[in-house]
Amino acid sequence: MSKILNLTLQVWRQAGPNKPGTFETYQANGISDDASFLEMLDIVNERLIADNKIPIEFPHDCREGICGTCGVMINGQAHGHERGTATCQLHMRKFSDGDTIVVEPWRAKAFPIVRDLVVDRSPLDAVIAAGGFITAPTGTANDANDIRIPKEVADSAMDAAACIGCGACVAACPNSAGQLFTSAKIWHLNSLPQGQAERYKRTEAMVETMEQFFGSCTNHGECSEACPKEISLDFIAYMNRDYIKAKVKNRRLASQS
Amino acid sequence: MLPNASIPEGPIADKWDSHKFNVKLVNPANKRKFKILVVGTGLAGASAAATLAELGYNVEAFTFHDTPRRAHSIAAQGGINAAKNYRNDGDSVHRLFYDTVKGGDYRSREANVYRLAQVSVEIIDQMTAQGVPFAREYGGLLDNRSFGGAQVSRTFYARGQTGQQLLIGAYQQLMRQVGLGKVKLHTQAELLDVVVKDGRAVGIVTRHLTTGQVSSHSGHAVVLATGGYGNVFYLSTNAMTCNVTAAWRAHRKGAYFANPCYTQIHPTCIPASDDFQSKLTLMSESLRNDGRIWVPRDRDDVRSADKIPEAERYYFLEEKYPTFGNLVPRDVASRNAKTVVDEGRGVGPARNGVYLDFSDVLKRDGVKVVEEKYGNLLEMYERITGEDPQKVPMRIYPATHYTMGGLWVDYNLMTNVPGLYSAGEANFSDHGANRLGASALMQGLADGYFVLPATIGNYLTDFLNKPPVSTDDPVFQQAEAGVRDQMNHFLSIGGTHSPEHFHRELGKLVWEYIGMARNESGLQKAIGEIRALRDEFWKDVRVLGTNESLNSSLEKAGRVADFFELAELMARDALTREESCGGHFREEYQDPDGEALRNDDDFAHVSAWGWNDADTPQTEHREKLEFEYVKLTQRSYK
Repeated sequence: MSKILNLTLQVWRQAGPNKPGTFETYQANGISDDASFLEMLDIVNERLIADNKIPIEFPHDCREGICGTCGVMINGQAHGHERGTATCQLHMRKFSDGDTIVVEPWRAKAFPIVRDLVVDRSPLDAVIAAGGFITAPTGTANDANDIRIPKEVADSAMDAAACIGCGACVAACPNSAGQLFTSAKIWHLNSLPQGQAERYKRTEAMVETMEQFFGSCTNHGECSEACPKEISLDFIAYMNRDYIKAKVKNRRLASQS
Repeated sequence: MLPNASIPEGPIADKWDSHKFNVKLVNPANKRKFKILVVGTGLAGASAAATLAELGYNVEAFTFHDTPRRAHSIAAQGGINAAKNYRNDGDSVHRLFYDTVKGGDYRSREANVYRLAQVSVEIIDQMTAQGVPFAREYGGLLDNRSFGGAQVSRTFYARGQTGQQLLIGAYQQLMRQVGLGKVKLHTQAELLDVVVKDGRAVGIVTRHLTTGQVSSHSGHAVVLATGGYGNVFYLSTNAMTCNVTAAWRAHRKGAYFANPCYTQIHPTCIPASDDFQSKLTLMSESLRNDGRIWVPRDRDDVRSADKIPEAERYYFLEEKYPTFGNLVPRDVASRNAKTVVDEGRGVGPARNGVYLDFSDVLKRDGVKVVEEKYGNLLEMYERITGEDPQKVPMRIYPATHYTMGGLWVDYNLMTNVPGLYSAGEANFSDHGANRLGASALMQGLADGYFVLPATIGNYLTDFLNKPPVSTDDPVFQQAEAGVRDQMNHFLSIGGTHSPEHFHRELGKLVWEYIGMARNESGLQKAIGEIRALRDEFWKDVRVLGTNESLNSSLEKAGRVADFFELAELMARDALTREESCGGHFREEYQDPDGEALRNDDDFAHVSAWGWNDADTPQTEHREKLEFEYVKLTQRSYK
């Protein structure tokens, strides 16, 4: 049966991108532990509106852990303390009565704050636009079964492709590095037969675009710990390997011309 | 007057090919002279924008999300149908066509559905070429599963994340065009008006969600791929921000809204637990392949599921429909679940669910096989409910999931407003009164990849070398002023209840009277109560903050305002359609077994509603549906 929790929230409030921000304290009393974390915030917001106070802006949409919109730091951890769980899938039964919960936006130079808990993650799109695709204009495809792909290869590509683009990896990293996100896409595409033609060009372009926005990777592994889809650190190693190859290959090509 | 639907002449199998030959083409060098605005970046929008840009058109794409990859297509779990017949189990284009028309309870256009089945085959090829990691067998070939409403295995899937993988595929293709400078992408841009001049769509007005800036965009054609209106029920499986606003503002500018009463209630969702519930989570229908649905035979039986012996379990779908069993179409499965719960046989703390039980398949195939197939779904269920479905049966109940109705479009996907197109769930075209599982992804991609890019040139050729209407034109200025006025008005009402509150109250009315079962007196009552609540909304809504910053209450107020008008039209449409078909079940029209009773003599038509004004009900226009290739029968899944 469900329990009732009384909680204290410390929430980051910031009126706009270049405005000063501060922690505000709110009492969240009478919260059922069947509520999701975001439903708890909904309840707090409805109470704020009833008190004529401006509600907290927080990112969310599908509330099924797949769209990647949601994500806040909960007690200093991206998406909270439950492993492999996006904020929207975190339920209040994982908290205890009397807890104080600190809620902050993703903190990274590449992700400026829009308002309160909402940040701008558009650099992730820039990394994809640089090469996170297989060039296959509509109408050019052969029959799907013409290419046989070993199940293990398809499964491994799928493990990488499961990334939801939430940015928790960047938020969790002490350097705000974008390696886990970038390497997941690189491995998804580079591991498949369809992705071979552009393999090294893609790797080079994506890595170098990533470096324009994000910090450097120093193998802390916080990214993978925070990832709601538990994307493996191994992909970063694969990416680094392909990046080195890309630089060598491309130098050879350059020296020939 | 409803325009001609432009359905090509000739045998059904040749219609699409001959149409593609007969439409006017834009020569490659001229395509860049046309600007096309694509609103929405889900499967239909992203695939359309990318493909139109590949063809050489000048494309601007709009999404109200922070990135195109967030669109709700991403949440589709189970799969995508295609008539590949890789299983050699008797599938064909004709069978997929037939199943879809039958599944839609004979309320869709034959020619459209046939085309959908034809291009389904190309979709799988296209997505595979892009690197979508569809499930494979050990031999390296693509795997398939079966789905409700079909007796063949034609569903392709990527674990339980098929929608995500397809959307990411289309998104990557779109981002490639953005990187090449061929698509101009506008994120955080919500469409708040469609601009019509001299009877043609010439552009749109958007509001930037983080700055509040209202701006005009003009083009030679506008494509609305803005999804369905399931959130009119408040509780649905849709994402929180899914809304009808783009389609509805187009409707207010003259576009006909077709069959709004056709809403799909998905049978396998997690039952609501409390008042604060913000949405319902769907458990893929693919679970019905292996899970068995039951309730205790005795309605006073409160023992836990494992204590109830086999003989005292009522497998109601298997008993009533021996041929299809747990795989009957969604509407049939949903209504039967409602029946047993209404009879007092519901399970769970609120007695508002039925069991979906995996114990047989766990015994038969083992934990590993089940986890391979459904791993992430079982995990998701456990996260939400705190119960492990490998130990205790899941509890499920129907919830609003998809809307078959939408903007009326002709065979070219153009609405009755020239230059205004609609693709994907936003249009009404292919699913009739009920959509089969794994067909939404198919339709979104069919429209975006293959149909729209082939048909839109036919309209554009007349405007060669004519620039789009200037955004300085008074039509744009008036539309912008209207949008600003509405925002300022919401901020000035200063009432007592949040937009969320009104949305929740509206949802209760819609679920109660225009939900799984409808009747005349309920629908009459709904119209009155929706109007009363709408009046209260406009007097008493409280929107705090300003327009010039991210303000989700303000966004929501505009969307809820449109839901009110839509809800009333849904009731009116449901009232006018004096028959039961697919997702529209009128209690007055059922056979002695409680099955839906169609009236083909009087209602084999599309109801397309034309806007008058906020206080005058819409005018109905009817498009008669002709059936040459499928024989109309009472659907039977027994």
